Amino acid sequence: MGEDILVAFRGVQKTYDGDTLVVKDLNLDIRRGEFLTLLGPSGSGKTTSLMMLAGFEVPTQGEILLDGVSLHNMPPHQRDIGMVFQNYALFPHMSILENVMFPLRVRKVPRAQARARALDALAMVRLEGLDARRPAQLSGGQQQRVALARALVFQPQLVLMDEPLGALDKQLREHMQMEIKHLHARLGVTVAYVTHDQTEALTMSDRIAVFNDGIIQQLDSPRGLYENPRNSFVAHFIGENNVLHGHVESQDGERALVRLEDGQCLRARCPRATLRGSRTSVSIRPERLHLEEIGSDVNALPGMVEEVIYHGDHVRLRARVAGNEDFTIKLRYRVSRPIPEPGDAITVSVAVEDCLALDPIG
Amino acid sequence: MSQPLTLKARLHRAERRRKLGAFALVAPLLLFLLVTFLVPIADMMRRAVHDPELSQVWPRVCGAIDTWTDRAHLPGESVFAALAADIQESHKARTLATAARRLNYDAAGARSLVFGTARALPSRASSWTETLIAIDERWANPEVWAAVARASGPLTSFFLLQAVDLERSPTGGLRAAPPDESIYVDVLTRTFVVAFSVTGLCLLLGFPVAYLLANLPDRLAYPLMILVLLPFWTSLLVRTAAWVVLLQDKGLVNEFLMTLGLIDDPLRLIFNRVGVVIAMTHVLLPFLILPLYSVMKGIKPVYMRAARSLGAPPTVAFVRIYLPQTLPGIGAGTLLTFILALGYYITPALVGGASDQMLSYFIAFYTSDTVNWGMAAALGTVLLAATLILYSVYSRLVGHGQVKPA
Ligand SMILES: Nc1ncnc2c1ncn2[C@@H]1O[C@H](COP(=O)(O)OP(=O)(O)OP(=O)(O)O)[C@@H](O)[C@H]1O
Ligand SMILES: [Mg+2]
Repeated sequence: MGEDILVAFRGVQKTYDGDTLVVKDLNLDIRRGEFLTLLGPSGSGKTTSLMMLAGFEVPTQGEILLDGVSLHNMPPHQRDIGMVFQNYALFPHMSILENVMFPLRVRKVPRAQARARALDALAMVRLEGLDARRPAQLSGGQQQRVALARALVFQPQLVLMDEPLGALDKQLREHMQMEIKHLHARLGVTVAYVTHDQTEALTMSDRIAVFNDGIIQQLDSPRGLYENPRNSFVAHFIGENNVLHGHVESQDGERALVRLEDGQCLRARCPRATLRGSRTSVSIRPERLHLEEIGSDVNALPGMVEEVIYHGDHVRLRARVAGNEDFTIKLRYRVSRPIPEPGDAITVSVAVEDCLALDPIG
Repeated sequence: MSQPLTLKARLHRAERRRKLGAFALVAPLLLFLLVTFLVPIADMMRRAVHDPELSQVWPRVCGAIDTWTDRAHLPGESVFAALAADIQESHKARTLATAARRLNYDAAGARSLVFGTARALPSRASSWTETLIAIDERWANPEVWAAVARASGPLTSFFLLQAVDLERSPTGGLRAAPPDESIYVDVLTRTFVVAFSVTGLCLLLGFPVAYLLANLPDRLAYPLMILVLLPFWTSLLVRTAAWVVLLQDKGLVNEFLMTLGLIDDPLRLIFNRVGVVIAMTHVLLPFLILPLYSVMKGIKPVYMRAARSLGAPPTVAFVRIYLPQTLPGIGAGTLLTFILALGYYITPALVGGASDQMLSYFIAFYTSDTVNWGMAAALGTVLLAATLILYSVYSRLVGHGQVKPA
């Protein structure tokens, strides 16, 4: 597939105070039409990157290309980039309709035509009949939709969203996630989305760039990130993981033999080349663990149940396994299957495929 | 046996207690305002139309003059007789001066008329009409009698009319006052023009300062804020005197300009309109800056960013997004400045020329120099009315919710 790049960050750095680089050497391509999410913990430089793209911050180093054209020295209003802010930033002194008409009016679209297009945009986000109201008279979810309509109405090729759902409650949030995703699919607009909620990132994005310390740790599809995290940070930031610390005994291609701290040996997938004897942390997802036999090419670890937590659709066991007291096992709940009790000795099986030996933590 | 109360009654009782509590909290302030604000204003408005002076010293003629209906001709003999009796009595009681002063407000020369008549008046006469006219023929002028009638109280429109340069003709209709007495419309216009210029200048100078204060980091904004507040901590007299020092013919400003060779003769900067506007603008500037600042401080920068991202160039974003959001502050600040400027006294009195005195100067003049309470009250009432009318027009223009600090 020929990649059609819309936005390219080339060696971008940013410092606010001249001491610390908030963004260090950012190289990122955003493909035309894709939904790309910048995901990362607070303070990792997501907003800063977005603001540089929007034109509100200037890169200290490097350049940003939009459609092959350098954005250097191009003021924000000429970039033709739609933006949805975390607290919507709807103009409080204008009605809903005027808010959505604003980007068209400043582009000198005639009033009647602007009005028709704004009403269309409001209908698109399913907000009919509220156009005369002021933003303060709308609920959070409704304001969110107005902000979306306003950012999309002038048909920008790129829309930036900085934690647009951060202020909504969980249910509304999930609903809006789907709605934004469907809008994206329908309009084919390119979206750069910022969040620190990994579930949101996983469910909405085509690709996710995981940020930490001003560096992209990994850029991949949600599935790629979940199944093949490149390092321990990504493995732990996306989804849950159990960690077992140890040393690499030997490596053969992508397979490694790891000696855990309590002396047991574990076979694991090891995507990067390591030296014999180097420290490693093995990540194992709780839902990939089993208490029964699951065939060949598995690791079997003895353990002891500490706590059983019933979650309805599944059961979580907290167990002591290979020196880790917080080892979590997520079991599909079936009435027919007996659940172990605290104090029971168990043997945990996990496919070698599902054990990932990554860089050491701590 | 007590009946169980209905739900409504219990709610009512609970509400009443809450309301009483709330009332008790504001009661002291209410009482204070009543005594120090509402009652004086009501009293001032009463004095503007209340006119008991003449009827107290000349009760007979004030009562009798009601019978005078044909204003084109002289009143009847009974009225002349009542006047003679009143003059004799008040001459003895030494209250003649009160009557003379009150009549003199309305009819120039009435003072000499009254005293002259009192000295020449015989104790007995067959026709008081002829006797009085013989003493002074001005008693044959219906205008003089009209002045007596207007002063007969207890209510009068005389002061209020004079405050807007109107007067009653002898037949009771309204007409413009003679040109040499018509000064108050001019004064009122001048008061509004000065207040308007001062407000405009304050807005022009204050808006950028408020904007700067609201958008600078706190570290820099606080020292600047102190500079803005500094005038509040200096005596008004000191500040006004300082302007005199600065702006006089041999003052710093003129000396400086002359040293630079920009001007050859000193500019007249003080004891005229320029001085009044400069000094008042300086005094009133903080009253505009502070409300504007507090409103601007509440406008989040994200709105400007949003506008820019939606395609608005900086100036358009400023005019369409920022400016409208500062309107409540502009509204509150200009209204406050304007109303303060309308009633300003000390500064224009000290740095203004004779032809720059504002309404407040005349109110003070009538209160303390001539003790003409009626006129002082009437001017005060006119000022109050003009201010209220202006306020209602303004709040309608700017929108009701807008005239308030954030
Ligand atoms: N205007 C600014 N001036 C100085 N430092 C800033 C500024 N904006 C952000 N920073 C710093 O830059 C770093 C990255 O901030 P940024 O807002 O990009 O993080 P983020 O990834 O968006 O975090 P969050 O998820 O909390 O929004 C932070 O350490 C922050 O303190
Ligand atoms: Mg952020």
